[in-house]
Amino acid sequence: MATETLTAAATAGPAGPRRRRGGIRSNENLAGWLFVAPVIVILGLFLLLPILMALWVSLTDWNGQGSPFTGDVPFVGAHNYTQLFTEDGLARRDFMTSIRNNIYYVAIVVPAQTVLALGLALVVNNRMLKGKSFFRSAFYFPSVTSSVAISVVFLFLFANSGAVNALLGFLGIDGPEWFADSRGVLHLLFGAVGVDSPPAALADGGPFGLTWWDWLAGPSVAMISIITLVVWTTSGTFMLMFLAGLQNVPVTLDEASTLDGASRWQRFRHVTLPMIRPTTFLVLTLGMIGSWQVFDQVYVMSQGDPAKTTLTPAYLSYRTAFRDFDYGSGAAISFVLFLIIIILTLIQRRALAERDTDRPRRGLWRRRVPERS
Amino acid sequence: MAPRTITRAAVAGLAAVALLGSAACGSGFDDSSGDAAQSSGPASLQILIGSSGEAETKAVQDAAAKWASSSGNTATVTPAQDLTQQLGQALAGGTPPDVFYVDAAQFANYASVGALEPYGDKISNSGDFYESLRSAFTYDGKVYCAPKDFSTLALQINTDLWTRAGLTDADVPTTWEQLTAVAQKIKAKGQVPLALGDTRDRIGAFMVQNGGWLVSKDGKQPTADTPENLAALQYVKTMLGTGLAKYPKQLDAGWSGEAFGKGKAVMTIEGNWIKGALQNDFPNVKYKVVALPAGPKGQGTLSFTQCWGIAAKSKYKDQAIKFVEAMTSGEQQMTFAKAFGVMPSRQSAGDQYTAAFPADKVFIDGAAYAQGPVNAPKMDSVLKDLDTGLQGLANGDPKTVLQNFDKNAKAALGGS
Repeated sequence: MATETLTAAATAGPAGPRRRRGGIRSNENLAGWLFVAPVIVILGLFLLLPILMALWVSLTDWNGQGSPFTGDVPFVGAHNYTQLFTEDGLARRDFMTSIRNNIYYVAIVVPAQTVLALGLALVVNNRMLKGKSFFRSAFYFPSVTSSVAISVVFLFLFANSGAVNALLGFLGIDGPEWFADSRGVLHLLFGAVGVDSPPAALADGGPFGLTWWDWLAGPSVAMISIITLVVWTTSGTFMLMFLAGLQNVPVTLDEASTLDGASRWQRFRHVTLPMIRPTTFLVLTLGMIGSWQVFDQVYVMSQGDPAKTTLTPAYLSYRTAFRDFDYGSGAAISFVLFLIIIILTLIQRRALAERDTDRPRRGLWRRRVPERS
Repeated sequence: MAPRTITRAAVAGLAAVALLGSAACGSGFDDSSGDAAQSSGPASLQILIGSSGEAETKAVQDAAAKWASSSGNTATVTPAQDLTQQLGQALAGGTPPDVFYVDAAQFANYASVGALEPYGDKISNSGDFYESLRSAFTYDGKVYCAPKDFSTLALQINTDLWTRAGLTDADVPTTWEQLTAVAQKIKAKGQVPLALGDTRDRIGAFMVQNGGWLVSKDGKQPTADTPENLAALQYVKTMLGTGLAKYPKQLDAGWSGEAFGKGKAVMTIEGNWIKGALQNDFPNVKYKVVALPAGPKGQGTLSFTQCWGIAAKSKYKDQAIKFVEAMTSGEQQMTFAKAFGVMPSRQSAGDQYTAAFPADKVFIDGAAYAQGPVNAPKMDSVLKDLDTGLQGLANGDPKTVLQNFDKNAKAALGGS
């Protein structure tokens, strides 16, 4: 943030008055606009305009017949939004269930994939490692394979008599019926300590029509298998980003800290990690955006079943619009999802930016570079 | 800082103006309200089908080609990957196919928004269709479309496993009590007695057998929370709880037919489509089909059907009706029946069908006491929610499941 203002001030200072006065170089403005016009038109036509149209649809009760931009389409104002939050009904319960599922999903997927990706990147970045390029491609392989294909393979792996359960059986564990099991993991943990049914304090109440007990269900066993899949497939891409970040860390720094007597862990914690913080921010942000939008795995593997525990807002939006012909409600869900992502990204940005302010300037400049690329 | 903000605002404003301008001037959003202008003469019909497989696609394509050449029109049959979604998009785009399959479970959604042409009475001898099928495609007192074919549920028994469990033909269950008794005997031999689909489309049959159903006859009132339905669900819950019945996912199968074909269950409750599926995937399974065991209130089963919908926006409605007429003639339905194993929706073809496929008599007979799908718009998510409740039936409370359904259905139906 800070650098941006700096550069902005630097360029805007001299350019400002000239632009307003015109003169010999006033044509530059027009030329500039001409140059960016194709992009503006393309982005506007295929991105901004559809978004605005969807925004309009989310304010109507359009039933999918003909155009939504005629007088016949009933305008309902914010009703599609309020029914997601304030009205006690199926729409709100489904939506909140999907939000709950996705919160647990994000809470597990984002840290897990980040740590795994960083670990893989550290391994591949190791100067001692033989056959680096082999491992690099091997780790990246899941990311280039179609997510639908991988999902189908995982369906076989997690089948009741599939490889995962066979492996568990080898260890003497009776594996669960992965895609039929709607019990939440936290509920299972509570059950293990003897809390099988909701205690009175949690049995009802709770925000947005779900009881506290429901909110605290945790990801279902079925969701866990989807989480496993996603962590495995995405970590390759993020490994590549971490790898790029790690290769930007000057070897001299590492050597200097070794001379100062820093241990391996200290070097990692106090030299490597701070140096790759912009990459970490990028990975966390991309990971969070991606995992809030999870759709294809759910569509292929579970369609929201069992017992709605793999329902996510993105899939719910699709189902509401294209199965129930409730396009307004479906569009509203996707806009709420959009807002959630924006807000969380801003919070994340703020959290990481605040730490930036007390760093020396040179470091600041350094760290900005990879983020822009 | 300030000039930059101004520039940004200017760009945003300019973009917005440009976009709104293009949207306002664009002619693409015009919507011809009311009926589409009709064209007479040779038509080129677009037909979208949700095909069950290669055999069905080919049979319909052949039939359409035959009709086209004899009537001087052209007819293009397209099998859909995902009929509901493709149709939804086509309707939203304003250029739907002229003729398409409409599932009875989705029918009210389409009819209520005026997407369908109510041509039901223009088809010749429409009284010949089974009454239960016609009522499945009736909305606001109008018959909208002609039933294509239908299916009913029945009980399939794997005869090899049956004899291995020490059972004979005399043991075939005809009541709930007998079903329980037989299932216990099978379970004692270490087999899974019954594979039961975990949706309303299977479990609902037990409600019908107990004299209940989810909605009232006119489809306007939810009637789930009744003693009859509760008793039915409690019976199913007991079966599930004691391991006498299992959901397909517990048996590692996508659907009951797969579990049955793999020999993981001795009995299952499926429709006549299981015949083709077993033939393809598990040709060696020997089984027989009997009527579902009767409940306390007599026999009951569920029927599933699709109709030939004609788009209200079609330019060739007359020709489309003639096309449907050709597709639903008794003779053509028998051709379809032989090609991909569906049952004719015309009563007059029923005898012919049972003569050709005596083993399917049970399914045809089911039409007499069958209950069609819930015929009301905007019920999809409510029914999905019910299915969710049914999936958790083994550990759940049937009463809550039914109450939830009533509550949600009231909200959905009340609005319409």
